[in-house]
Amino acid sequence: MELSQKRTPESASGAWNRQVVVIEPHRGWRELGLGEIWAHRELLCVFAWRDLKVRYKQTAFGAAWAVLQPVLLMLVFSASLGRLPGVGPAGLPYPLFVFAGLVPWTLFASSLAGASNSLVSGEAIITKVYFPRLLLPFASVGSFLLDFVISLAALAVVMLYFGAAPSAAIVWLPLLTLMAVVTALAVGTFLAAVNVRYRDVKYVVPFLVQVWMFASPVVYTSTLIPSRWHALYALNPMTGVVDGFRWALVGGPRPDDLIFVSAVVSVLLLLGSLIYFRRVERTFADVI
Amino acid sequence: MDDIAITASGLAKKYRIGLRRDPYGRLTESLWNVLTSPLRRRSGEVREDDFWALRDVSFEAPRGSVVGVIGRNGAGKSTLLKILSRITEPTLGRAELHGRVGSLLEVGTGFHQELTGRDNIFLSGAILGMKRAEILRKFDEIVAFADIGQFLDTPVKRYSSGMKVRLGFAVAAFLEPEILFIDEVLAVGDAEFQKKCLGKMSEIGEGGRTVIFVSHSMPAILRLCDRAILLDHGRVVVDGPTHEAVRRYLESGPGRTSSREWTDEATAPGDEVARLKSVRVVPGGGGPAEEIDIRRAVDIEVEYWTRAPGDLRPSVNLHFYNDEGVCLFINNDWMDRRWWSASRRPGVVRAVCHIPGNFLAEGRVIVTSVVSTYNPTIVHAIEREAVAFVVVDRSEGDGVRGVYANEFPGVVRPMLDWHVEQVSEGAASRS
Repeated sequence: MELSQKRTPESASGAWNRQVVVIEPHRGWRELGLGEIWAHRELLCVFAWRDLKVRYKQTAFGAAWAVLQPVLLMLVFSASLGRLPGVGPAGLPYPLFVFAGLVPWTLFASSLAGASNSLVSGEAIITKVYFPRLLLPFASVGSFLLDFVISLAALAVVMLYFGAAPSAAIVWLPLLTLMAVVTALAVGTFLAAVNVRYRDVKYVVPFLVQVWMFASPVVYTSTLIPSRWHALYALNPMTGVVDGFRWALVGGPRPDDLIFVSAVVSVLLLLGSLIYFRRVERTFADVI
Repeated sequence: MDDIAITASGLAKKYRIGLRRDPYGRLTESLWNVLTSPLRRRSGEVREDDFWALRDVSFEAPRGSVVGVIGRNGAGKSTLLKILSRITEPTLGRAELHGRVGSLLEVGTGFHQELTGRDNIFLSGAILGMKRAEILRKFDEIVAFADIGQFLDTPVKRYSSGMKVRLGFAVAAFLEPEILFIDEVLAVGDAEFQKKCLGKMSEIGEGGRTVIFVSHSMPAILRLCDRAILLDHGRVVVDGPTHEAVRRYLESGPGRTSSREWTDEATAPGDEVARLKSVRVVPGGGGPAEEIDIRRAVDIEVEYWTRAPGDLRPSVNLHFYNDEGVCLFINNDWMDRRWWSASRRPGVVRAVCHIPGNFLAEGRVIVTSVVSTYNPTIVHAIEREAVAFVVVDRSEGDGVRGVYANEFPGVVRPMLDWHVEQVSEGAASRS
């Protein structure tokens, strides 16, 4: 078993001792343990691979669902909201507009839901073997990245159909994706930890995802929001991500300030969430 | 510290009983608690609903030793293993583990029903701490040990329970930790495979690994462990030579009664095929059931409920142990050939095993009662140390010992047929 590197009291000066595991009660706040995650990166990949494989086992369409989900939503929104004047920006076909928003949104929404459920559905292993518990929500989010790549390919097809070419801003895409992942990790990890004790989370998540979608410029353009609300609106990290995605892929106004605020907020959220997770982690096996 | 693999000092674990009863707390409840008594949780008073699963457990395990942990259900064995394998934190105390740790608290840890045997080998191996390269290297050996050959690419959900156990143990058997924690994994699986596993585990011990082994099987503990720790109500009662701990274990607890009965079929030991209804010691010719005259016969009577579906043939087997945990013998109801070939119907079945007089040795006899089916061997109901009785030798020249009055060794004392005759007559000559 790959052991974490724990500090022994003799080596409290800061030297690491690979061989010794110290078991004692922890109180209060702990360090984030990201080194331990890195040491277990192989297991992280195995968990992600498992989640991915299980998700599309015994489905007729398999990974095609990764494309079908946003495509169906695109059709629904184009047929309903898209008919209203002024919902989308001028000069951009509404289906293209909404699909470019749905691709990062689907990554965020499914990662969030998957992560928040990851600990509870991993109960059998949590009570039987030790590994850094953070691996489960992290792997769950990781497993949706492949879905995301597939849906990006679908987006390319839609862009081709509407004759839209990406600008040089496309180089920002990885960073924007990372922001979506960080936000999903932040909220998903926090909810996963709460879910261990309070199964209410199961009912909160679908509702949260739905409300959050309408609080983000996924199906409408952010210019619809009155300017006095902009500061508040920008606190939602998905605002910057979704607007940034459109800007990078199909053009539109450059949401500089939005992206900056979103990036800061998402990192702060993740930090807070990890600190909370580490604090309650020690009781998982007892209360799950 | 080079020769010590595990040090534990003052380990204790507290559970809140309220918490255990309703582990799925609700937000409203805890919000209400915070509002009504914001200080209660932090006041540190001793609460009546605190339950100490483990108290002040200290021990050391030298490198390469195999230490058994025994105790009744609820004695804290599993809690101790969970703390040592870092699944849960102790409330108090401290432990140090020197070396790579592996824990095997379940057969088939991390298995996913939807995935194939091949996938599950990689999944379970990784969860138990193996590197991908290590699994690849041992893959063929694992498959061979599990003996699942053609089903390698079949989802595990279509495996028989025996195959799942074999695959699970095969993965675990190829772990190479320096410290290994094992919890009662031998309680499952068919007898032949259990033997194979025990053999593999002996190898582990010989390989210089330190093993902490929790089991209810006294013969396995006696065979595998150099030393044993007996836990009772969370405390260490004995930490010493294996036979000493096993003796104390068998002396204590419910193993003293001569009659057991379960009135509620739903909670009686067993599964959907068979559940134990009663186990009794019935002395031949009356008298107290706790104390059997060595010359008298004794019956062990087992009743069980069965819903035997289809062609399953539940069968009672009894395991007889002495005070030292040595298995004296095992017997099975197929000795009744008529019953063995009779068709089985749902209902209550009574099986009586007749033990003749002048067969058992003096001392305590402890009986484990099992209902199982064969091919593959599946244990449906088991009650360890279900009943016990003491055999006393009050023979006055008419027993096996005859007129010999001193220590009379042997785990059984059967009265066997002898044939003695004189082959010549005359004064003894030295020719």
